[in-house]
Amino acid sequence: MSLERPRLPHEIRHWFGDMECDYVYTLGIAGEKFYAGLKEGRIIGSKCPSCGAIWVPPSLYCPECFEETSEWVEVPDEGTVYTFTVAYVGPDGEPLEEPEVYALIVLDGANGGLLHKLGEVRPEEAYIGMRVKAVWAPEGERKGAITDIKYFRPVE
Amino acid sequence: MASVKRRVAVIGAGITLFRRRMRETGRELSFYAAKMALETAGITIRDVDAVVCGSAPDAFDGVHMKGEYLLDGMGGHNKPYVRVYVGGGTGVFTPIAAWWHVASGHFDIVLAIAEEKMSSCHPHPQKAFTTIFDPIYTRPLGPNLVWIFALEMQRYMSVHGVKKEQIALISVKNKRNALDHPCAQLPAKITVQDVLNSEVMVWPVQKLDISPPSDGAAAVVLAAEHVAKRLTDDPVWIEGVGWCLDSTYWTNRDLYYPKYVEYAARMAYKMAGIKNPPKEIDVAEPYDPFDYKEAHHAEGLMLARKGEYLKGIKDEDDIFARYGRDGDLPICPSGGLLGVGNPIAAAGLMKVCEIFWQLRGEAGKRQVKNDPRTGVAQAWGDLMQVGTVIVMRA
Amino acid sequence: MSVKIREYRGTPYSRKDLEEGRVPAFRDKPRARYAWACGPAMGRFLAELKEGRIIGRRCRRCGRVLVPPRMFCEWCFRPTDEWVYVRDTGTVLTFSASYLGPAAERLKEPIIIAVIQLDGASPGIGILHKLGEVKQEEVHVGMRVKAVWKPPEEREGAITDILYFKPIREGQGGGE
Repeated sequence: MSLERPRLPHEIRHWFGDMECDYVYTLGIAGEKFYAGLKEGRIIGSKCPSCGAIWVPPSLYCPECFEETSEWVEVPDEGTVYTFTVAYVGPDGEPLEEPEVYALIVLDGANGGLLHKLGEVRPEEAYIGMRVKAVWAPEGERKGAITDIKYFRPVE
Repeated sequence: MASVKRRVAVIGAGITLFRRRMRETGRELSFYAAKMALETAGITIRDVDAVVCGSAPDAFDGVHMKGEYLLDGMGGHNKPYVRVYVGGGTGVFTPIAAWWHVASGHFDIVLAIAEEKMSSCHPHPQKAFTTIFDPIYTRPLGPNLVWIFALEMQRYMSVHGVKKEQIALISVKNKRNALDHPCAQLPAKITVQDVLNSEVMVWPVQKLDISPPSDGAAAVVLAAEHVAKRLTDDPVWIEGVGWCLDSTYWTNRDLYYPKYVEYAARMAYKMAGIKNPPKEIDVAEPYDPFDYKEAHHAEGLMLARKGEYLKGIKDEDDIFARYGRDGDLPICPSGGLLGVGNPIAAAGLMKVCEIFWQLRGEAGKRQVKNDPRTGVAQAWGDLMQVGTVIVMRA
Repeated sequence: MSVKIREYRGTPYSRKDLEEGRVPAFRDKPRARYAWACGPAMGRFLAELKEGRIIGRRCRRCGRVLVPPRMFCEWCFRPTDEWVYVRDTGTVLTFSASYLGPAAERLKEPIIIAVIQLDGASPGIGILHKLGEVKQEEVHVGMRVKAVWKPPEEREGAITDILYFKPIREGQGGGE
């Protein structure tokens, strides 16, 4: 090891990099039912054989009773706004040209809330308890994804 | 260990199939394993006071906050719930954490459950593994995970003069044992030559030296003594637990021997009152993600002297006579990670399930022949730095 | 209870099932970007590499010279005391030849890698790097090696400023 004292170099402060991965997520038993339903314009929930609760999105088991789901049931595409928010920034924090309204919607007869966008409504018009209905993507354009519902719109 | 308040027993175990890719989500796999563990313990989720989750890096499942994501499938809904994580050592650490939940006197019944869904990282979880390395100092060299094992294996072989032909026998043994495991992913009747002829991955590691990536889940139910005695005639007691970690600077220690595994084992043995491990332990499940690791870990567990696990073992007859199910000391009777598969955390817990079944005499075709009273399971991981050890008695 | 369980659950899918779209699945490619702080130890280490030098830190209590350097000794759990240059020559502690790239892709020519104890670092203190100008079958534990550096103008303050380590062959000195 050398003992001479060379000039001190500048410290390097940061190292730039990323963490990138490719994923393929299986939908699972309940997920396959749900997304296949969306493609057909139907919303599928799971019914607990023990407490009778209908969960949307569906689950293989009732999270409350931990009993395996025995029945998959269709629920109406209408429901009630449980809570909502108005987004002025996008996923990367970029300002949005038009604010977007997102709501937690409890579908009629179902437990649990579905997170989705509200449309055909101005932010100041949205309110908790508002009745809403799904607006579906045209049949040929549906992919079996949550975006097969374009948004929920207010109903009278 | 002077202040351990209560004895803790395992009273039920559950496991899913281990496969390379599964249809079920991680939550759904967890539900299967949890439900089986509860049913075999004769209880329902309402009897469970707390849940301990074990799962390896989030990057495998591809869901951040994986512990929270898995919660409802693990039966953790509205209960005291916590995820523990020590890399590959997680599977054995999960019941260790559940043990202290009960031993402390705080909870009577705790579900310990481990899950991994490595197939989400597609086409291969290797890419997720590369993010465990130091981003500045190691990742620029373009490492893959197998590098570190290959370096360790080479060092082990070189220090002790152990031959690859001997190490390959471990793979032969474990894959053959796995033929009797109903959940096994890669059970096979293979020979040493098959191992030596298999594709070279990272020399000296070849394809059949390695366990596969897998999807799967496993679970055990732990109960305090007074509850266990009410629920079952065959409790299996957790008599010793130990864990230890070294630093992540793995290039700064001699890789030929896992000292941290020895420290973990010493902690567990002391608690269980074990003074002569090879004489007092009847069945062992050391962690075997690679074949040489079984030797490495059996030595760390002091079941053999340093470098001597494979001493005098030349062929299949030798290894089965020494470590087969009817051998001197049965090692990895389950078939291990090499045969049953390696959904990381679930694989470690699979070993605890195996010791539970072995000590209860419920392992069926896998049952070891020496009427075992005491067993040890061990896992290992992070950047070759953690050992987790659990000692159980019938 | 293993002998009493009748059904072990789970539904296998094959790689083709997913890749050929026979079963529904959702694809995503999250990419998180980072600016990792180097801190004083790694920051100095990288800066020295740019100058063609390798630096470590010494702990006066245990006497170890740590490479790569850190500002604390994990054994003694106290601050390390001084910067110490080590040589760019050293000894192979263990080695391997990788036929797999970072994403588990097959490589035609293996990358040879080693843990190298640099001269001046304490026994057992190694660094991970590649070996070059050598065939896999020639490498052995205990082999003497020397760093091959990038030309100064191409160095950027990274571990890759050292291209690889090459064997010190007899008569070449290098350990001087």
